[in-house]
Amino acid sequence: MVLIQLQDITKYYEMGTQVVKALDGINIDVYKNDYLAFIGSSGSGKSTMLNILGCLDKPTNGQYHLNGTNVENLDQNQLSEIRNKEIGFIFQSFNLLPRADALGNVMQPLIYRNISVRKRKEMAIEALTRVGLSDRIDHLPNQLSGGQRQRVAIARALVTQPSILLADEPTGNLDSRTTTEIMQLFDELHGEGHTLIIVTHENEIARHCHRIIEMKDGTIFNDSAVEKGSKELIN
Amino acid sequence: MLFALFESSRSALASIFAHRLRSFLTTLGIIIGVASVIAVVSVTQGMSAFIGDTFASLGTNSLTIQSYTPFEDQMKGIRSRLTPEDLELIERRAEGIASITPILYANRSSQIKYGSQTAFSQIMGTTYAYQDVAQSYTQLGRFLAQPDNLTRRRIAVIGEDVRENLSLPENPVNEYVEIGGEWFKIVGLLDSMGDAMGMSRDDIVLVPYTTMVSLQGNQARTDIQIQLSLSDSAELEEVTTQLTTLLRNAHNLSSDEDDDFRIQTAEQLMEEFNQIIGMVTVVIGGIVGISLLVGGIGIMNIMLVSVTERTREIGICKAIGAKRHHILMQFLIEALLLSLLGGLIGLATGFGLGTLIANTIPGFPSATIPLWSIALALGFSGFVGVLFGILPAAKAANLDPIDALRYE
Ligand SMILES: Nc1ncnc2c1ncn2[C@@H]1O[C@H](COP(=O)(O)OP(=O)(O)O)[C@@H](O)[C@H]1O
Ligand SMILES: [Mg+2]
Repeated sequence: MVLIQLQDITKYYEMGTQVVKALDGINIDVYKNDYLAFIGSSGSGKSTMLNILGCLDKPTNGQYHLNGTNVENLDQNQLSEIRNKEIGFIFQSFNLLPRADALGNVMQPLIYRNISVRKRKEMAIEALTRVGLSDRIDHLPNQLSGGQRQRVAIARALVTQPSILLADEPTGNLDSRTTTEIMQLFDELHGEGHTLIIVTHENEIARHCHRIIEMKDGTIFNDSAVEKGSKELIN
Repeated sequence: MLFALFESSRSALASIFAHRLRSFLTTLGIIIGVASVIAVVSVTQGMSAFIGDTFASLGTNSLTIQSYTPFEDQMKGIRSRLTPEDLELIERRAEGIASITPILYANRSSQIKYGSQTAFSQIMGTTYAYQDVAQSYTQLGRFLAQPDNLTRRRIAVIGEDVRENLSLPENPVNEYVEIGGEWFKIVGLLDSMGDAMGMSRDDIVLVPYTTMVSLQGNQARTDIQIQLSLSDSAELEEVTTQLTTLLRNAHNLSSDEDDDFRIQTAEQLMEEFNQIIGMVTVVIGGIVGISLLVGGIGIMNIMLVSVTERTREIGICKAIGAKRHHILMQFLIEALLLSLLGGLIGLATGFGLGTLIANTIPGFPSATIPLWSIALALGFSGFVGVLFGILPAAKAANLDPIDALRYE
């Protein structure tokens, strides 16, 4: 089943007289339970790509269908709703609410769905348990390690049961051991049927994925499925 | 919806208390505004409630006539007077009067002595009719009687405070006190009337009017005050007109001259008082308006700072699904709670101040806050919070999620 359809997506930034083509004619289909990595050097347009996929940003041109909906004509509030229902964000810098504890952070997206506190708590605890943080629910972000913070962020992304999980350099701020742990968690989530799109510049990370799209100067340079046996070839 | 409100209020309170000092300083304008209005209202309300009672006890159908000298005339040494002849004239000619009594204040010394004790008191010469006009009755002994006046007896009826100040026995009747070098026998002790406007109404000595006249010696300068109560069927206006005509004729005033006396009802006195209160209220209202405005601007300023500080947070919330109204409500409620908290603190401070003022001045009526002033104070501060919170809240709600997330 096609979850995401991008047709001729462009994103231009006008910087004075100069036009930066952050994305330039992107065509991609993403299917349910894809495990996809965007790789490419810095400035190649990966984050721009992910922001558009996550409905945080709008393309300059082109068509974007998400789960059958054309995103183009939606207003800010409708986009918020889409983000809330369809998308789970995982950021490099975690982006947790500093004054809310782990539980509060995970419950936050459910507030926008008018779910009762009791139910919210239940769902949040379940998500935190899923990422192995059931014993840290009352910790504030600054009382957690980087890996734990990213787990809270993953729990927050999972709790709404979105169609896609989007991660922009999710391990960029983590040490190698924690990186392995987080990637294992992604592997498991993929195994459970989630659709994951990960932006990374580390081949180590990309190796976990089943499809790798390499970007260059805002275009797709290479889009290849990775056979289980041939994963090592990437190195 | 209600639930979302609760949710927003909780996190708003959390962020207000996260910056306690800043929040306090921000609301200072509102605190001062509300505190000053509540302090003034609580004092004036206590006062007017009390004065209302006082005048009610004077009776709505009683009149006071006093001589009145315009200020320029006073400077020229001219003094208007009400004389015993005026009293006689009114007694003889005026209709609709139930009781009438002259009051002559001691004009030299109001010193009173008992044994080795000396005290100062308000000494008034009056008649038996005073008790009906002033509604002041004796608890022990008797009041002044008609024969006392006819024979200029040296007797006195005293108030509770005088008894205490002079260390007179519990029952002072038949004791002798010295007033103006003459001995007076105490024949009665008045009921306690309590305090009025910081002055005791029990610090009073009543002697027969004629006795007072003879004490003062020089009758040519006598200026009396006349108190009277109307009979049930009498119309206040008619009696007033009648008295005015009588006195103007008696004083030979031509039609272009002003009255050299004042006829006042208890209600008129109260009206005058209420006018003063009204003016004070308007002035205070202005002060409060300005300080609420300043307070509102303070709140707007701090909310704008808060929006900027939390730009990234706003971005996060939008990324995970917050709609415009979620963010708007969040900041609006924060501004509202901030100013309401200021209002509450102001309310408490104002009432504390009012109570302090009322308690510091002896005999001052205790401070009361009418419910409307609480509602008004909170209503206004809430209104200010919402009014000045809208701009920052709208700014927050309109942030572009991607820009907000990128904000460093
Ligand atoms: N808001 C912006 N304004 C102007 N140029 C931008 C903006 N965001 C991204 N760019 C430009 O678009 C290009 C792609 O950026 P980005 O998607 O962040 O790359 P990556 O994530 O692959 O490092 C870069 O050249 C960057 O300078
Ligand atoms: Mg990037």
